[in-house]
Amino acid sequence: MVGIIGYGTQIPRYRIKVKEIAKVWGADAEALSKGLNLYEKSVPAPDEDTATLSVGAAKNALARSGIDPKLIGAVYVGSESHPYAVKPTGTIVSEALGICPHVHTADLEFACKAGTEGMFIALHLVKTGVMECALAIGADTSQGAPGDALEYSASAGAAAFLMGTKNIVAELVDTQCYMTDTPDFWRRENAHYPEHGGRFTGKPAYQKHVFGAVEAILEKTGMKPKDFDYLIFHQPNGKFPVQAAKQLGFTEAQYRYGLLTPTLGNTYSGSSPMGLAATLDEAGPDQLILLVSYGSGAGSDAFVFRTTKHLLTNRDLAPRVRKQLNEHLQYLEYGEYAKFRGKILKPE
Amino acid sequence: MNVPRHWRETPERYRMEAAKCRKCGKISFPARLICPECKNKVFDKINLSGKGKLLTYTIIRTAPEGFVDIAPYAVGIVEMKEGVRVMGQITDCDLLSLKTGDKLISRFRRINEEGKTGLIMYAYKFVPDVGI
Repeated sequence: MVGIIGYGTQIPRYRIKVKEIAKVWGADAEALSKGLNLYEKSVPAPDEDTATLSVGAAKNALARSGIDPKLIGAVYVGSESHPYAVKPTGTIVSEALGICPHVHTADLEFACKAGTEGMFIALHLVKTGVMECALAIGADTSQGAPGDALEYSASAGAAAFLMGTKNIVAELVDTQCYMTDTPDFWRRENAHYPEHGGRFTGKPAYQKHVFGAVEAILEKTGMKPKDFDYLIFHQPNGKFPVQAAKQLGFTEAQYRYGLLTPTLGNTYSGSSPMGLAATLDEAGPDQLILLVSYGSGAGSDAFVFRTTKHLLTNRDLAPRVRKQLNEHLQYLEYGEYAKFRGKILKPE
Repeated sequence: MNVPRHWRETPERYRMEAAKCRKCGKISFPARLICPECKNKVFDKINLSGKGKLLTYTIIRTAPEGFVDIAPYAVGIVEMKEGVRVMGQITDCDLLSLKTGDKLISRFRRINEEGKTGLIMYAYKFVPDVGI
Protein backbone atom coordinates (compact mmCIF):
# COMPACT_ATOMS: atom_id res chain seq x y z
CA MET A 1 0.00 0.00 0.00
CA VAL A 2 1.36 3.43 -0.96
CA GLY A 3 -0.01 6.90 -0.42
CA ILE A 4 0.27 10.28 1.24
CA ILE A 5 1.79 10.17 4.74
CA GLY A 6 1.99 13.94 5.27
CA TYR A 7 0.86 17.08 3.51
CA GLY A 8 1.37 20.79 3.99
CA THR A 9 0.84 24.13 2.32
CA GLN A 10 2.23 27.64 2.45
CA ILE A 11 0.32 30.70 1.31
CA PRO A 12 1.76 34.24 1.42
CA ARG A 13 -0.05 36.68 3.70
CA TYR A 14 -0.44 39.39 1.09
CA ARG A 15 -3.52 39.79 -1.11
CA ILE A 16 -4.73 42.07 -3.87
CA LYS A 17 -8.36 42.34 -4.88
CA VAL A 18 -9.51 41.93 -8.48
CA LYS A 19 -11.22 45.33 -8.26
CA GLU A 20 -7.89 46.98 -7.29
CA ILE A 21 -6.21 45.60 -10.43
CA ALA A 22 -9.24 46.39 -12.61
CA LYS A 23 -9.24 50.00 -11.36
CA VAL A 24 -5.75 50.54 -12.83
CA TRP A 25 -6.58 49.08 -16.25
CA GLY A 26 -10.09 50.49 -16.60
CA ALA A 27 -11.66 47.04 -16.60
CA ASP A 28 -15.10 46.09 -15.31
CA ALA A 29 -14.22 44.46 -11.97
CA GLU A 30 -17.73 43.22 -11.29
CA ALA A 31 -18.01 41.52 -14.67
CA LEU A 32 -14.53 40.00 -14.26
CA SER A 33 -15.24 38.65 -10.80
CA LYS A 34 -18.63 37.30 -11.77
CA GLY A 35 -17.43 35.85 -15.07
CA LEU A 36 -14.33 34.15 -13.66
CA ASN A 37 -15.57 33.51 -10.10
CA LEU A 38 -12.44 35.30 -8.88
CA TYR A 39 -12.31 38.02 -6.20
CA GLU A 40 -8.74 38.29 -4.89
CA LYS A 41 -5.40 36.57 -5.14
CA SER A 42 -2.32 35.92 -3.02
CA VAL A 43 0.84 37.93 -3.65
CA PRO A 44 4.29 36.76 -2.53
CA ALA A 45 6.31 39.07 -0.29
CA PRO A 46 9.50 40.40 -1.91
CA ASP A 47 11.50 37.82 0.06
CA GLU A 48 9.30 34.87 -0.94
CA ASP A 49 9.79 32.72 -4.02
CA THR A 50 9.17 29.15 -5.14
CA ALA A 51 12.03 27.84 -2.97
CA THR A 52 10.89 29.57 0.23
CA LEU A 53 7.23 28.62 -0.24
CA SER A 54 8.28 25.04 -0.99
CA VAL A 55 10.30 24.85 2.22
CA GLY A 56 7.36 26.22 4.24
CA ALA A 57 4.90 23.73 2.73
CA ALA A 58 7.33 20.81 3.11
CA LYS A 59 7.99 21.63 6.77
CA ASN A 60 4.25 21.38 7.39
CA ALA A 61 4.14 18.06 5.53
CA LEU A 62 7.04 16.79 7.64
CA ALA A 63 5.34 17.96 10.84
CA ARG A 64 2.22 16.00 9.90
CA SER A 65 4.11 12.83 8.97
CA GLY A 66 6.48 12.93 11.94
CA ILE A 67 9.22 11.19 9.95
CA ASP A 68 12.96 11.85 10.00
CA PRO A 69 13.80 13.96 6.89
CA LYS A 70 16.76 11.65 6.24
CA LEU A 71 14.28 8.90 5.24
CA ILE A 72 13.27 10.92 2.19
CA GLY A 73 14.87 9.48 -0.92
CA ALA A 74 13.64 12.00 -3.49
CA VAL A 75 12.55 15.64 -3.64
CA TYR A 76 10.69 16.90 -6.70
CA VAL A 77 9.74 20.56 -7.05
CA GLY A 78 7.28 21.35 -9.81
CA SER A 79 7.05 25.00 -10.79
CA GLU A 80 7.05 27.40 -13.70
CA SER A 81 8.75 30.05 -11.56
CA HIS A 82 11.92 28.39 -10.31
CA PRO A 83 14.21 31.11 -8.87
CA TYR A 84 17.05 30.19 -11.22
CA ALA A 85 17.05 29.35 -14.93
CA VAL A 86 20.02 27.08 -14.22
CA LYS A 87 20.45 25.87 -10.62
CA PRO A 88 18.02 23.48 -9.03
CA THR A 89 15.35 24.54 -6.57
CA GLY A 90 15.31 20.96 -5.28
CA THR A 91 18.79 21.22 -3.77
CA ILE A 92 17.89 24.45 -1.93
CA VAL A 93 14.75 22.84 -0.54
CA SER A 94 16.49 19.58 0.37
CA GLU A 95 19.32 21.41 2.13
CA ALA A 96 16.90 23.60 4.10
CA LEU A 97 14.94 20.53 5.22
CA GLY A 98 18.05 18.58 6.24
CA ILE A 99 17.53 15.86 3.64
CA CYS A 100 20.91 16.18 1.83
CA PRO A 101 23.10 14.50 0.67
CA HIS A 102 21.60 11.04 -0.02
CA VAL A 103 18.61 12.19 -2.05
CA HIS A 104 17.53 12.40 -5.68
CA THR A 105 16.18 15.82 -6.62
CA ALA A 106 14.68 17.21 -9.80
CA ASP A 107 12.97 20.41 -10.82
CA LEU A 108 9.93 19.78 -12.98
CA GLU A 109 8.14 22.10 -15.39
CA PHE A 110 4.81 21.53 -17.12
CA ALA A 111 2.91 24.81 -16.70
CA CYS A 112 0.29 24.23 -13.97
CA LYS A 113 0.77 20.44 -13.93
CA ALA A 114 4.34 20.36 -12.62
CA GLY A 115 3.17 19.74 -9.04
CA THR A 116 1.20 16.60 -9.83
CA GLU A 117 4.04 15.40 -12.07
CA GLY A 118 6.19 15.27 -8.95
CA MET A 119 3.41 13.50 -7.05
CA PHE A 120 3.06 10.92 -9.84
CA ILE A 121 6.80 10.16 -9.83
CA ALA A 122 7.11 10.15 -6.04
CA LEU A 123 4.15 7.80 -5.59
CA HIS A 124 5.46 5.35 -8.14
CA LEU A 125 9.02 5.37 -6.82
CA VAL A 126 7.69 4.42 -3.40
CA LYS A 127 5.20 1.95 -4.87
CA THR A 128 7.95 0.10 -6.73
CA GLY A 129 10.11 -0.07 -3.62
CA VAL A 130 12.93 2.14 -4.90
CA MET A 131 12.75 4.22 -1.74
CA GLU A 132 10.87 4.43 1.54
CA CYS A 133 9.61 8.02 1.23
CA ALA A 134 9.54 10.69 -1.47
CA LEU A 135 8.55 14.34 -1.34
CA ALA A 136 6.64 16.11 -4.12
CA ILE A 137 6.01 19.85 -4.13
CA GLY A 138 3.97 22.07 -6.41
CA ALA A 139 4.84 25.74 -5.95
CA ASP A 140 4.69 28.94 -7.93
CA THR A 141 4.98 32.70 -7.75
CA SER A 142 3.45 33.21 -11.15
CA GLN A 143 3.37 36.43 -13.12
CA GLY A 144 0.73 37.75 -15.49
CA ALA A 145 1.64 40.66 -17.80
CA PRO A 146 0.30 44.00 -16.54
CA GLY A 147 -3.25 44.48 -17.82
CA ASP A 148 -3.46 40.93 -19.22
CA ALA A 149 -6.30 38.63 -18.15
CA LEU A 150 -3.76 36.47 -16.30
CA GLU A 151 -2.77 39.34 -14.01
CA TYR A 152 -6.10 38.95 -12.19
CA SER A 153 -5.45 35.31 -11.34
CA ALA A 154 -1.68 34.55 -11.28
CA SER A 155 -0.89 34.09 -7.60
CA ALA A 156 1.51 32.33 -5.23
CA GLY A 157 1.46 29.30 -2.98
CA ALA A 158 2.86 25.84 -2.44
CA ALA A 159 1.63 22.38 -1.50
CA ALA A 160 3.87 19.50 -0.45
CA PHE A 161 3.04 15.81 -0.22
CA LEU A 162 5.14 13.15 1.43
CA MET A 163 4.60 9.72 -0.06
CA GLY A 164 5.30 6.55 1.85
CA THR A 165 3.98 3.18 2.94
CA LYS A 166 3.50 3.57 6.70
CA ASN A 167 0.82 5.59 8.52
CA ILE A 168 -0.82 6.56 5.24
CA VAL A 169 -3.49 9.27 5.43
CA ALA A 170 -4.68 8.84 1.83
CA GLU A 171 -3.97 5.63 -0.01
CA LEU A 172 -3.33 5.75 -3.76
CA VAL A 173 -6.00 3.77 -5.58
CA ASP A 174 -5.02 4.52 -9.19
CA THR A 175 -3.58 7.07 -11.62
CA GLN A 176 -4.16 7.96 -15.24
CA CYS A 177 -2.63 10.60 -17.53
CA TYR A 178 -3.91 12.33 -20.67
CA MET A 179 -1.41 14.31 -22.83
CA THR A 180 -1.32 15.93 -26.26
CA ASP A 181 0.80 18.66 -27.83
CA THR A 182 -1.55 21.64 -27.52
CA PRO A 183 -0.08 25.18 -27.68
CA ASP A 184 -2.50 27.06 -25.41
CA PHE A 185 0.04 28.82 -23.16
CA TRP A 186 3.81 29.20 -23.15
CA ARG A 187 6.74 31.31 -22.04
CA ARG A 188 9.88 31.44 -24.13
CA GLU A 189 13.41 31.55 -22.67
CA ASN A 190 14.17 35.00 -21.19
CA ALA A 191 10.55 36.17 -21.59
CA HIS A 192 9.30 37.69 -18.35
CA TYR A 193 5.61 37.02 -18.93
CA PRO A 194 3.82 34.09 -20.54
CA GLU A 195 1.65 34.29 -23.66
CA HIS A 196 -1.60 32.44 -24.12
CA GLY A 197 -4.22 31.62 -26.68
CA GLY A 198 -7.11 33.47 -25.02
CA ARG A 199 -10.30 31.47 -25.53
CA PHE A 200 -8.23 28.66 -27.07
CA THR A 201 -7.17 27.82 -23.50
CA GLY A 202 -10.74 26.63 -22.82
CA LYS A 203 -12.36 23.90 -24.89
CA PRO A 204 -9.45 22.41 -26.88
CA ALA A 205 -7.06 22.75 -23.96
CA TYR A 206 -8.40 22.68 -20.36
CA GLN A 207 -11.67 20.92 -21.09
CA LYS A 208 -10.33 18.33 -23.54
CA HIS A 209 -7.54 17.18 -21.22
CA VAL A 210 -9.44 17.29 -17.94
CA PHE A 211 -12.38 15.47 -19.53
CA GLY A 212 -9.98 13.00 -21.17
CA ALA A 213 -8.25 12.18 -17.89
CA VAL A 214 -11.52 11.89 -15.95
CA GLU A 215 -13.17 9.63 -18.52
CA ALA A 216 -10.06 7.45 -18.74
CA ILE A 217 -9.67 6.97 -14.98
CA LEU A 218 -13.38 6.28 -14.53
CA GLU A 219 -13.14 3.58 -17.17
CA LYS A 220 -9.92 2.17 -15.70
CA THR A 221 -11.28 1.98 -12.14
CA GLY A 222 -14.86 1.14 -13.05
CA MET A 223 -16.04 4.06 -10.92
CA LYS A 224 -18.71 6.69 -11.56
CA PRO A 225 -18.78 10.40 -10.56
CA LYS A 226 -21.22 9.66 -7.73
CA ASP A 227 -18.76 7.17 -6.18
CA PHE A 228 -16.44 10.00 -5.13
CA ASP A 229 -16.85 11.96 -1.93
CA TYR A 230 -14.58 14.76 -3.11
CA LEU A 231 -13.30 16.21 -6.37
CA ILE A 232 -10.45 18.58 -7.16
CA PHE A 233 -9.77 19.95 -10.64
CA HIS A 234 -7.04 22.37 -11.65
CA GLN A 235 -8.31 25.90 -11.00
CA PRO A 236 -6.99 28.55 -13.44
CA ASN A 237 -10.03 30.56 -12.35
CA GLY A 238 -13.18 29.78 -10.42
CA LYS A 239 -15.24 29.17 -13.54
CA PHE A 240 -13.46 26.38 -15.49
CA PRO A 241 -13.40 23.73 -12.72
CA VAL A 242 -17.03 24.33 -11.74
CA GLN A 243 -18.20 24.19 -15.34
CA ALA A 244 -16.20 21.01 -16.01
CA ALA A 245 -17.39 19.34 -12.80
CA LYS A 246 -21.04 19.98 -13.63
CA GLN A 247 -20.68 18.80 -17.22
CA LEU A 248 -19.03 15.58 -16.04
CA GLY A 249 -21.82 14.86 -13.55
CA PHE A 250 -20.20 15.96 -10.27
CA THR A 251 -21.91 18.16 -7.70
CA GLU A 252 -20.95 21.22 -5.64
CA ALA A 253 -20.81 19.09 -2.47
CA GLN A 254 -17.95 17.16 -4.07
CA TYR A 255 -15.80 20.12 -5.17
CA ARG A 256 -16.56 22.85 -2.62
CA TYR A 257 -13.73 22.08 -0.16
CA GLY A 258 -11.08 21.92 -2.87
CA LEU A 259 -12.13 25.05 -4.75
CA LEU A 260 -9.74 27.76 -3.54
CA THR A 261 -9.25 30.01 -6.57
CA PRO A 262 -12.02 32.57 -5.86
CA THR A 263 -9.96 34.03 -2.99
CA LEU A 264 -6.52 32.52 -3.62
CA GLY A 265 -6.06 32.94 -7.36
CA ASN A 266 -4.28 30.43 -9.56
CA THR A 267 -1.19 29.11 -7.82
CA TYR A 268 -0.25 27.26 -11.03
CA SER A 269 1.77 24.18 -10.04
CA GLY A 270 0.34 24.51 -6.53
CA SER A 271 -3.27 24.85 -7.69
CA SER A 272 -4.86 21.39 -7.68
CA PRO A 273 -2.40 20.07 -5.04
CA MET A 274 -3.52 22.86 -2.69
CA GLY A 275 -7.11 21.91 -3.44
CA LEU A 276 -6.25 18.35 -2.42
CA ALA A 277 -4.68 19.59 0.82
CA ALA A 278 -7.80 21.67 1.61
CA THR A 279 -9.94 18.60 0.95
CA LEU A 280 -7.81 16.39 3.22
CA ASP A 281 -8.32 19.06 5.91
CA GLU A 282 -12.05 18.29 5.86
CA ALA A 283 -12.41 14.68 4.70
CA GLY A 284 -13.30 11.78 6.93
CA PRO A 285 -11.75 8.30 6.89
CA ASP A 286 -12.48 5.83 4.09
CA GLN A 287 -13.57 8.47 1.60
CA LEU A 288 -12.74 8.60 -2.09
CA ILE A 289 -11.05 11.64 -3.64
CA LEU A 290 -10.54 12.33 -7.34
CA LEU A 291 -7.75 14.79 -8.17
CA VAL A 292 -7.23 15.96 -11.76
CA SER A 293 -4.58 18.52 -12.64
CA TYR A 294 -4.13 20.40 -15.88
CA GLY A 295 -0.99 21.88 -17.36
CA SER A 296 -0.90 23.88 -20.55
CA GLY A 297 1.05 22.44 -23.37
CA ALA A 298 -0.95 20.21 -22.48
CA GLY A 299 -1.94 17.41 -20.16
CA SER A 300 -3.79 16.18 -17.10
CA ASP A 301 -2.81 13.75 -14.35
CA ALA A 302 -5.67 12.01 -12.55
CA PHE A 303 -5.34 10.36 -9.14
CA VAL A 304 -7.82 8.45 -7.01
CA PHE A 305 -7.08 8.45 -3.28
CA ARG A 306 -8.89 6.74 -0.42
CA THR A 307 -8.49 8.41 2.98
CA THR A 308 -7.62 6.41 6.10
CA LYS A 309 -8.24 6.80 9.84
CA HIS A 310 -4.72 8.26 10.26
CA LEU A 311 -5.89 11.46 8.54
CA LEU A 312 -7.90 12.49 11.59
CA THR A 313 -4.91 12.49 13.95
CA ASN A 314 -2.41 13.73 11.36
CA ARG A 315 -4.07 16.86 10.00
CA ASP A 316 -4.02 19.03 13.12
CA LEU A 317 -0.22 18.79 13.40
CA ALA A 318 0.17 21.71 10.94
CA PRO A 319 -1.98 24.70 9.89
CA ARG A 320 -4.98 23.96 7.70
CA VAL A 321 -5.26 25.52 4.24
CA ARG A 322 -8.32 27.66 5.00
CA LYS A 323 -6.55 29.10 8.05
CA GLN A 324 -3.60 30.16 5.90
CA LEU A 325 -6.00 31.44 3.27
CA ASN A 326 -8.33 33.45 5.49
CA GLU A 327 -6.38 34.68 8.52
CA HIS A 328 -3.87 37.52 9.14
CA LEU A 329 -4.16 38.94 5.64
CA GLN A 330 -2.54 42.15 4.46
CA TYR A 331 -4.14 43.82 1.44
CA LEU A 332 -2.00 45.69 -1.09
CA GLU A 333 -2.73 48.63 -3.33
CA TYR A 334 -1.66 48.23 -6.96
CA GLY A 335 1.48 50.35 -6.47
CA GLU A 336 2.68 48.16 -3.58
CA TYR A 337 1.81 45.05 -5.58
CA ALA A 338 3.79 46.34 -8.59
CA LYS A 339 6.81 46.93 -6.31
CA PHE A 340 6.48 43.52 -4.65
CA ARG A 341 6.35 41.79 -8.04
CA GLY A 342 9.22 43.74 -9.60
CA LYS A 343 6.98 45.40 -12.16
CA ILE A 344 8.53 48.83 -11.64
CA LEU A 345 11.51 49.62 -13.85
CA LYS A 346 14.37 51.16 -11.88
CA PRO A 347 17.78 52.36 -13.13
CA GLU A 348 20.53 49.75 -12.64
CA MET B 1 28.84 38.45 0.93
CA ASN B 2 30.81 36.18 -1.36
CA VAL B 3 29.56 32.82 -2.61
CA PRO B 4 31.94 30.51 -0.65
CA ARG B 5 31.15 32.23 2.64
CA HIS B 6 27.41 31.97 2.04
CA TRP B 7 27.85 28.29 1.16
CA ARG B 8 29.94 27.64 4.29
CA GLU B 9 27.22 29.12 6.46
CA THR B 10 24.41 27.11 4.83
CA PRO B 11 23.72 24.83 7.85
CA GLU B 12 23.04 27.73 10.21
CA ARG B 13 21.39 29.97 7.63
CA TYR B 14 19.13 27.34 6.03
CA ARG B 15 18.06 25.21 8.97
CA MET B 16 19.36 27.00 12.10
CA GLU B 17 21.84 24.22 12.83
CA ALA B 18 23.43 24.69 16.25
CA ALA B 19 25.99 22.78 18.32
CA LYS B 20 25.10 21.19 21.68
CA CYS B 21 28.05 20.49 23.93
CA ARG B 22 28.23 16.80 24.82
CA LYS B 23 29.81 17.60 28.19
CA CYS B 24 27.79 20.49 29.64
CA GLY B 25 24.83 20.69 27.23
CA LYS B 26 25.32 24.35 26.30
CA ILE B 27 23.89 25.20 22.91
CA SER B 28 25.95 27.45 20.64
CA PHE B 29 24.51 29.19 17.61
CA PRO B 30 26.27 29.48 15.28
CA ALA B 31 28.21 26.32 16.03
CA ARG B 32 31.61 26.69 17.73
CA LEU B 33 34.77 24.57 17.77
CA ILE B 34 35.25 24.98 21.54
CA CYS B 35 32.43 25.21 24.10
CA PRO B 36 32.54 28.70 25.70
CA GLU B 37 31.24 27.16 28.95
CA CYS B 38 33.43 24.10 29.55
CA LYS B 39 36.04 24.21 26.72
CA ASN B 40 34.90 20.80 25.48
CA LYS B 41 35.44 20.14 21.77
CA VAL B 42 32.78 17.49 21.14
CA PHE B 43 29.30 18.58 20.05
CA ASP B 44 26.05 17.15 18.72
CA LYS B 45 24.36 18.94 15.85
CA ILE B 46 20.82 20.08 16.58
CA ASN B 47 18.39 22.25 14.64
CA LEU B 48 16.83 25.08 16.63
CA SER B 49 13.03 24.89 16.82
CA GLY B 50 12.67 28.33 15.23
CA LYS B 51 10.37 29.45 18.04
CA GLY B 52 11.24 32.34 20.32
CA LYS B 53 10.29 35.71 21.71
CA LEU B 54 11.40 39.18 20.71
CA LEU B 55 13.86 40.70 23.21
CA THR B 56 14.56 43.97 21.45
CA TYR B 57 14.38 45.45 17.97
CA THR B 58 15.02 48.47 15.81
CA ILE B 59 13.45 49.71 12.62
CA ILE B 60 15.82 50.34 9.73
CA ARG B 61 14.65 53.28 7.63
CA THR B 62 17.96 54.16 5.94
CA ALA B 63 18.96 50.78 4.62
CA PRO B 64 22.36 49.65 3.33
CA GLU B 65 22.92 48.70 -0.32
CA GLY B 66 20.92 45.65 -1.29
CA PHE B 67 18.17 46.30 1.26
CA VAL B 68 16.92 49.73 0.14
CA ASP B 69 13.83 48.37 -1.63
CA ILE B 70 12.50 46.61 1.48
CA ALA B 71 12.96 49.55 3.91
CA PRO B 72 11.55 50.27 6.39
CA TYR B 73 12.07 46.87 8.03
CA ALA B 74 12.66 45.54 11.55
CA VAL B 75 15.77 43.79 12.84
CA GLY B 76 15.63 42.25 16.29
CA ILE B 77 17.20 39.92 18.81
CA VAL B 78 15.11 36.84 19.44
CA GLU B 79 15.52 34.55 22.44
CA MET B 80 14.94 31.08 21.09
CA LYS B 81 13.11 28.34 22.99
CA GLU B 82 16.50 26.63 23.40
CA GLY B 83 17.87 29.68 25.23
CA VAL B 84 20.22 31.07 22.59
CA ARG B 85 19.79 34.60 21.30
CA VAL B 86 19.67 35.16 17.57
CA MET B 87 19.65 38.35 15.54
CA GLY B 88 17.48 38.47 12.45
CA GLN B 89 15.09 40.42 10.30
CA ILE B 90 11.42 40.39 11.27
CA THR B 91 9.16 40.28 8.25
CA ASP B 92 5.43 39.89 7.43
CA CYS B 93 4.63 42.14 10.38
CA ASP B 94 3.03 45.50 11.10
CA LEU B 95 6.03 47.58 12.20
CA LEU B 96 3.86 49.86 14.34
CA SER B 97 2.38 47.04 16.40
CA LEU B 98 5.64 45.11 16.92
CA LYS B 99 6.64 44.93 20.60
CA THR B 100 9.17 43.20 22.82
CA GLY B 101 7.89 39.90 24.15
CA ASP B 102 6.08 39.07 20.88
CA LYS B 103 6.12 35.39 19.97
CA LEU B 104 8.05 34.88 16.74
CA ILE B 105 8.84 31.91 14.52
CA SER B 106 11.56 31.50 11.93
CA ARG B 107 10.86 31.27 8.22
CA PHE B 108 13.11 30.39 5.30
CA ARG B 109 13.30 33.53 3.14
CA ARG B 110 15.40 35.38 0.60
CA ILE B 111 17.89 37.64 2.36
CA ASN B 112 19.66 39.26 -0.54
CA GLU B 113 20.88 38.69 -4.07
CA GLU B 114 24.08 39.59 -5.86
CA GLY B 115 22.34 41.70 -8.51
CA LYS B 116 19.91 40.30 -11.06
CA THR B 117 22.36 37.70 -12.39
CA GLY B 118 24.16 36.70 -9.19
CA LEU B 119 23.53 34.29 -6.36
CA ILE B 120 20.29 34.44 -4.38
CA MET B 121 21.04 34.19 -0.68
CA TYR B 122 18.52 32.43 1.54
CA ALA B 123 18.43 32.26 5.32
CA TYR B 124 16.11 32.45 8.30
CA LYS B 125 14.01 35.48 9.13
CA PHE B 126 11.37 35.81 11.81
CA VAL B 127 7.63 36.37 11.47
CA PRO B 128 4.90 36.74 14.14
CA ASP B 129 3.91 33.27 15.37
CA VAL B 130 0.20 33.36 14.57
CA GLY B 131 -0.27 29.69 13.79
CA ILE B 132 -0.12 29.87 10.01
